[in-house]
Amino acid sequence: MSTTAQLRTESGDAGTPDAPLLELKEMRVFYGAIEALKGIGLTVGKGEIVALLGGNGAGKTTTLRTVSGMLQPRHGEVLLRGERIDGIKSHELVRFGIGHVPEGRRVFATMTVLENLEMGAYKFSSVDSGDLDRVFTLFPRLAERRSQQAGTLSGGEQQMLAIGRALMGRPELLLLDEPSMGLAPLIVQQIFEIIKEINDQGTTVLLVEQNATQALGLADRGYVLETGSVAMSGPAGELLSDSRIRAAYLGEGAA
Amino acid sequence: MSLQEFWDYLVLGVMLGSLYAVIAIGYTLVYGVLQLINFAHSEVFMLGAYGSLIVLQLLDPGDNPSALASIGFVALAMAGSALFGGVTAYGLEKVAYRPLRRRGAPRLIFLITAIGASFFLYNLAGKLFGRDPMTLPEMYDNHDVFSVFGAGVNITQVLQFLTAVVMMVGLDLLVNRTKLGKGIRAVAQDAEVASLMGVDIDRVISRTFVIGGVLGGVAGFLFANLNQVSYTMGFIPGITAFAAAVVGGIGNIRGAMAGGVLIGVVETMTVPLLGDEWRSVSAMVVLILVLMFRPMGILGKQVGRAA
Repeated sequence: MSTTAQLRTESGDAGTPDAPLLELKEMRVFYGAIEALKGIGLTVGKGEIVALLGGNGAGKTTTLRTVSGMLQPRHGEVLLRGERIDGIKSHELVRFGIGHVPEGRRVFATMTVLENLEMGAYKFSSVDSGDLDRVFTLFPRLAERRSQQAGTLSGGEQQMLAIGRALMGRPELLLLDEPSMGLAPLIVQQIFEIIKEINDQGTTVLLVEQNATQALGLADRGYVLETGSVAMSGPAGELLSDSRIRAAYLGEGAA
Repeated sequence: MSLQEFWDYLVLGVMLGSLYAVIAIGYTLVYGVLQLINFAHSEVFMLGAYGSLIVLQLLDPGDNPSALASIGFVALAMAGSALFGGVTAYGLEKVAYRPLRRRGAPRLIFLITAIGASFFLYNLAGKLFGRDPMTLPEMYDNHDVFSVFGAGVNITQVLQFLTAVVMMVGLDLLVNRTKLGKGIRAVAQDAEVASLMGVDIDRVISRTFVIGGVLGGVAGFLFANLNQVSYTMGFIPGITAFAAAVVGGIGNIRGAMAGGVLIGVVETMTVPLLGDEWRSVSAMVVLILVLMFRPMGILGKQVGRAA
């Protein structure tokens, strides 16, 4: 790699002559006086899996929370299919086709699995049985435990439920915040395979991960955040072979 | 205390307890979605009683109304109390609490605001409606209709108990079976994630207040029908029902029901055993005992599983 920190391949979006599905422009987000995002720019093309990498406090979660309307940017724009969506509240934004699986899963612990999934379809006037079938096909475990309280599920099952709950809203763009957190490697493997499958079925995915190897193994492209700025970006394969990424995130000795 | 007295007071206690239960639900519902003790709920109760009084004064039942007319008067008085209670609670949320929520005010500020709103409302009621206690016009000829274990039960008590039970069953169904109920439970558990599912938190909170307000208002009518209407009538039942909500496990609807009945029975049983002046003391003793040995309340704190 050269001395520049950039690895840009913005031209890689061949299939989208129109606006990308999601685009962040110079997005700056503050917590009080603290600037958490210092002018983030990124794009997610329709049908892609894009990984958002970085250490603790880099701004990954903040980015997702801003996209889904839980936080508002002080500067910059959030564009969905070329139209600005910043300033729209999160409960209205779900109607625009954004599904957000929050960090730490946050299933409704004292509701049953089925009730959690029904909550995912809250924006619709009724629960579509086809949507339920789809989720139960992706996650047979959830079908078995449909009338069990969500709080009694294992961590992996809760993650499946959190993803299934978001899918019930038929999102075009799925935001996944650290789906591998605290899960056994085998379960992580499973979850990632399902994410791939969801993507194959036509859902675009923006994936936040600390587990860089696995995320880049799945993703088409990746962005690396460092203290609120994009430090690197490029096709997943290139990032995966980049020595500094290997040093910083893959636990290999610094070059 | 003779066995007959025991049954008499038990029946009375359950009746009173059902009323406390309905008021307690108002505290527990709001606590569920906002983690706020809405101390102004006792004023919602009081204004509900005035709502029924105003309706009855306008209608003027006169002497010996027919059975059919009696039913009409009761229904309209109840509607008046529900309207007053609902509107008061709606306004409280909108005017007093929502601006605080917008600014992310600390919990203590909510609590002080609730107490301030309570003072404001009961003094306003005193000014508007006068400070002398009033009696609801008679809507029907009250007499015993049947007896339970030899204890006579009159129409007023039947009305009180049945209305309370119907409201509790209705609320339980609403919370557990309807979409709004699911929204309320979701907001109580995790408001932020609920909003990610498309739940409009403001709307759910507002409706939760209205539901609690309607229950509280109707309870005010039922209470006034046994006692009197006055601008200070909310305080003691309000505090007692709040104790009931805590005893049952604040945030837990079925807990509020259980706590209400328990406190109602204990309070009433105290009268023949220790004397009328010990009523409120015994209710608070129950509260203290429960807090000592089971701080989360009888049915436990289950915010979110609002039932």
